[in-house]
Amino acid sequence: MLYAFLCYNDEAAVCAWSKDEEAAVMAQLGAVTDKLAKEGRLGPVARLVPTTAATTLRKDRDPPLVIDGPFAETKEQLLGFFVIDCSSLEHALETAKELGRANPGGSYEIRPLLQFWPGSAGA
Amino acid sequence: MSGLGPDLAWVDAALTSARPQALAALLRYFRDLDTAEEAYQDACLRALRTWPHNGPPRDPTAWLVLVGRNVAIDATRRQRRQDPLPDHDIAADGDAEADMAERLDEQHYRDDVLRLLFICCHPDLPATQQIALALRIVSGLTVQQIARAFLVSESAMEQRITRAKSRIAKADVAFETPGAVERAERLAAVAAMIYLVFNEGYSASGEGAAMRLPLADEAIRLARLLLRLFPAEPDIMGLTALLLLQHARTPARFDADGAIVLLEDQDRAAWNQAMITEGLALIDKAMRHRRRGPYQVQAAIAALHARAATPHDTDWRQIDLLYATLEELTPSPVVTLNRAVAVAKLRGPQAALAMIEPLAKPLAGYFHFFGLKGGLLKQLGHNEEARVAFDRAIALANTAAEAAHIRQHLDQLEKEATAKI
Repeated sequence: MLYAFLCYNDEAAVCAWSKDEEAAVMAQLGAVTDKLAKEGRLGPVARLVPTTAATTLRKDRDPPLVIDGPFAETKEQLLGFFVIDCSSLEHALETAKELGRANPGGSYEIRPLLQFWPGSAGA
Repeated sequence: MSGLGPDLAWVDAALTSARPQALAALLRYFRDLDTAEEAYQDACLRALRTWPHNGPPRDPTAWLVLVGRNVAIDATRRQRRQDPLPDHDIAADGDAEADMAERLDEQHYRDDVLRLLFICCHPDLPATQQIALALRIVSGLTVQQIARAFLVSESAMEQRITRAKSRIAKADVAFETPGAVERAERLAAVAAMIYLVFNEGYSASGEGAAMRLPLADEAIRLARLLLRLFPAEPDIMGLTALLLLQHARTPARFDADGAIVLLEDQDRAAWNQAMITEGLALIDKAMRHRRRGPYQVQAAIAALHARAATPHDTDWRQIDLLYATLEELTPSPVVTLNRAVAVAKLRGPQAALAMIEPLAKPLAGYFHFFGLKGGLLKQLGHNEEARVAFDRAIALANTAAEAAHIRQHLDQLEKEATAKI
């Protein structure tokens, strides 16, 4: 089953990484994702621009309302996500722990995918 | 801080990220910078002792504010009564106490952090002191780090910061929640100060450049902090975008020997794509507000350069229009000089020369004026006049890299002259 791993962390702390710290984390994460890719388990991965660049459209009214900033003001922000094929929740948690060792701090919210369209943009 | 070892790096990161808000809240409480800083330091020491065992508190900032406040209050009491209180009255070892703390809502934090930043840009302080103070107080860099960035001795920097602090201690800063107009004024002053910090790092070249570059990163961090607190301010979006789009070019601005590489000769593949993406997103957001401001216009110009895959693709017409807007918003000979670069691309060197002619007097001591003038004259084949302008530019160069760049032009003229003979 495909699971989404939603990455939450304190954006200010992550933005404060030095170039070397950033490179070290990315290299460690790369080692894990390379392994997942070899096993044929790695789906799309995305890293998001900081929430200061976010715009929110409230569509519960007409006309919709455009707001500067993220949908929710939280202490830890959604910074990106992985889609990974896992056989069970246990398996997904194991994978999350492995990713977490490569990039400590913050949380992963693990959620099974209900539907998935790989899409064709970006590539 | 740092030096904590890899397992405790998260404590370091959490303290760095909580610093501006925690210190700002303590300043509101104590209304005295030294007391607030001491309280914050004490809270950090306690955090270093307890967080590694207990894990991070749910709200590190609130934790630091509460503990810092209690420690400082207790110290005052003890001085007064010579009667030590038991330690457990002071410390908050977990979330429970932080939860009991006065809820510090975002509204409060916002104006607290703005006030903290605003204190650093007091008009009595010269620019260099404003920058040093902001880096020390808000960013929490050590005196040693700041001294290194400014290429001065640690004791000289220590003195500079002490002097600046004693000056602002006498200044009257309102601690009430600011009104809309006052808030806007503070935002503008703080934005200008952040831009100063950025330029201090960005405009450096030569030997000191690498040392000073962290200042540009720090400025971007401050701009993001401000934007998180004021997410709907187009000028702050513009400022952040401007810093990101300029800093994105850093890897391509100097060659291996430290010589200046002009925008049109830069390896665009070396530009930092993540910064460009973020900068473009921010300038798009800012434009929606239709409240133009100088940072937005400058960021829009930088965005047009960032969007051009090759120098040939640059939309000079749009850049010319944006500079015209900037001339309206912030008239200055330097802005007109920059506009002349776009005009040279659009209508040729002759038109650009005519445009900078009236600037000769106000920019008589300005390196870039003579650099551009020499370049335009050289394009027109007026080599002798070009040489005179370039000679003047070299005399006015601010850095060795600037002088070396002009030297290249002179060498070319020299070569052409000998070739003709």
